[in-house]
Amino acid sequence: MTAQLDTATAPPSARRTAARRLSTRVGRVRELGIVVALALVVIPTAIVNPRFIQAQSLRDLLLNASIVALLAVGQTLVVVTRNVDLSVGSVLGLSAFLTAQQFADHPGTPLLAGIGLGVAIGLACGLLNGLLVALGNVPSLVVTLGTLYVFRGIDYALAQGRQVNAANLPDALLDLGSSRVLGIPVLVLITVVVIAVAAVYLRSYRSGRELYAIGSNPEAATLAGIPVARRTLTTFVLSGLIAGLAGALWVARYGTVDAAAGTGLELQVVAAVVVGGVAIFGGSGTVAGAALGALLLGTITSCLVVLQIPAFWQQAIAGALLLSAITVDRLLALRLAKALRTSEGTSHA
Amino acid sequence: MDRPPVVALDEVSKSFGAVRALSGVSLRLLPGEAHALLGENGAGKSTLIKTLAGVHRPDAGQVLVDGSAQRFSGPADALAAGIAIIYQEPTLFGDLSVAENVFMGRQPLGFGRRIDVAEMHARTSELFSRLGVRLDPARPARGLSIADQQLVEIAKALSFDARVIVMDEPTAALSAHEVQRLFGVVRALRDQDAAVLFVSHRLDEVFALCQRATVLRDGGFVWSGSLEGETPDSLVRRMVGRDLSQLFPKEDTTAGDVLLSVQRLTREGVFTDVSFDVRAGEIVALSGLVGAGRSEVARAVFGIDRPDGGAVVVRGRKLKYGSPTAAMAAGIGFVPEDRRQQGLVMDASIERNTALASLGRLSTFGLLRRRSERALAQDWAVKLRLKFARLSDPVGVLSGGNQQKVVLAKWLARKPSVLIVDEPTRGIDVGTKAEVHRLLSELAGQGVAVLMISSELPEVLGMADRVLVMHEGRLAEELSRAEATEERVAMAAAGQAVTR
Repeated sequence: MTAQLDTATAPPSARRTAARRLSTRVGRVRELGIVVALALVVIPTAIVNPRFIQAQSLRDLLLNASIVALLAVGQTLVVVTRNVDLSVGSVLGLSAFLTAQQFADHPGTPLLAGIGLGVAIGLACGLLNGLLVALGNVPSLVVTLGTLYVFRGIDYALAQGRQVNAANLPDALLDLGSSRVLGIPVLVLITVVVIAVAAVYLRSYRSGRELYAIGSNPEAATLAGIPVARRTLTTFVLSGLIAGLAGALWVARYGTVDAAAGTGLELQVVAAVVVGGVAIFGGSGTVAGAALGALLLGTITSCLVVLQIPAFWQQAIAGALLLSAITVDRLLALRLAKALRTSEGTSHA
Repeated sequence: MDRPPVVALDEVSKSFGAVRALSGVSLRLLPGEAHALLGENGAGKSTLIKTLAGVHRPDAGQVLVDGSAQRFSGPADALAAGIAIIYQEPTLFGDLSVAENVFMGRQPLGFGRRIDVAEMHARTSELFSRLGVRLDPARPARGLSIADQQLVEIAKALSFDARVIVMDEPTAALSAHEVQRLFGVVRALRDQDAAVLFVSHRLDEVFALCQRATVLRDGGFVWSGSLEGETPDSLVRRMVGRDLSQLFPKEDTTAGDVLLSVQRLTREGVFTDVSFDVRAGEIVALSGLVGAGRSEVARAVFGIDRPDGGAVVVRGRKLKYGSPTAAMAAGIGFVPEDRRQQGLVMDASIERNTALASLGRLSTFGLLRRRSERALAQDWAVKLRLKFARLSDPVGVLSGGNQQKVVLAKWLARKPSVLIVDEPTRGIDVGTKAEVHRLLSELAGQGVAVLMISSELPEVLGMADRVLVMHEGRLAEELSRAEATEERVAMAAAGQAVTR
């Protein structure tokens, strides 16, 4: 870090490379920072209670985080374009209940068809959000705050107080929630695959890069001929689709579903995304960071339980973590802006 | 002998609501030529550029590319036709790398349609070396100087072999050295047979770079031709040469005591060392180009922005920095440039808006009396001949001129001794304009010191007892009413002040 501190006195070429190094590093630093934070949380807990790092306990940790991580991937796509999707918890709830009901009422439903139903429900919800935001030009915060209640309301209306229990669900589905490949839970693997696909898409595909461009400077994106409305619509559809998938997986994982499944989850997801270094005003951040953010938040919750910290403190601590993540984000951004300003951009060839 | 134009506008007109931004403008851009687009603020240059960019669609007339009419349905179409626009404020993606900014939407692809980053960086470096500059393709665009950002935009234009490059006041924010480098790049583009449309208020630059020019005035086409045989004087005359028949009725007053004294006011990077006095009964105009720092000075005087140095003295007492409350208490009123955003609460009623700056006076024991609010509004509505249906109607339904009257009423209700008005008649019809002018003249007659910012030269010349001309953040010239002519003000604003 000292190399960057004395940028003002360094020769221009050194300053330039220093700025570049800093800027490329900051991207990685965010994810690295979360890994460090994870270690800082896990190690003391493990010292107090060694059972915390046993394989089964770690598996639970990953399993618990995987649904939030999945939603965080979809949320990242949306947030990168300077929007937000607050309806994901309700979409998950609706998808979970209807999927569970399908399996319970029609025991013969093939596993993939049932999951596909969940995905399709999510897709439809996402499409509604996307149309309202992209074509109706309504701020996404307002639209998804509205659909948060609408989707949940539909969920309650359809459920009519009923609950689907594990006893009524096919074994194939419940197996999906508990089986492992090479010791790793299948749910975690599915999440990792989704993260990987989204990461490659955002990093290496034109339309993926355009999402960053839209979030970075919406007006310039329009001037550059980027189809802003279509891309925005796509992100909401994808976020909904992923929430629908998460809903189906929720059924597999927990077995018992009522209309309240996933209530309040959206705030955890947004928190994970922000902690993971996705700028809330768009333009930067990665799905890997967001997923790590979800893992960190989940781990902290588990640690606080293991350390027998009263439940009401747990939320306060999670909140404090969120604030510090935002503070660090802001400081890094300022630092980076300063480093880039002091570095002379061009010189004559 | 002339080669056919790459891009031409043929009798293009464009209106926004009742405002006619362009009417019947033609323009021919020839390959291998730099063409200057000239005109005062509000002459329609930006609208013309946005028409070329595919942002605006013309109401009448055609955009011709290689002689055939095109209908651009968006910026993407204009880009595809080979028209690249470099806006005054470069429009880059700060979070993305320089290379991605250059190739956004057209990134070189490798295996499986994935973006080939190495190839993209290599091509970007190649473009920069063609431009004779060194810029790191991998660094983020955020933090680049304006000059470097323009180079990124130019590299972008080169990357898709743009045949027409439009530059909207590219030199406004550049140092002399950066300007020279930019000119080198533009000359090179010209020599490679690109057509360049160059917008600048700096006439020396126009002569240094361009072969041909087109002059617009009030949205209309004035002149187009070769620059050979032209002089800065002849161009300025074409730009401003409108008849001054609509005289503005500032009555002569005898200037009284100095009410507002601005002393060496400086705000870093915005304006420097600005000093002037305004006396009771005087109207002083602050003139200059958009971006010269006029509004910024007004904002600092009223305490909206905090100056870095200098003083604002009202009736011999120094004002606290950065406090509109103190400015108001000292008797300053401020009618801002953008009445919709800064001057009015659009959804609130006429009476609410009128009373907004006088709430203290209208309330008893901290409670606002609706009746006195209404009485005040009624009073001023009559005085200013406001046209309205009911005082409880939202301000938003009024015409622009009547909205401006409400803003004026708001401040006049406080009986200010110093009134700052920023573009008081922008977007107002002629009739109301004259009323606003009569009003300002009356106020001066009652001993109010008026500081008026205006981009309209006839207004400045007709209304002002003295004209202060700003150029790039400094006071370039001070002219008495007798000395002030269109040419002198325009020359000073363009940085060509006659040194006395």
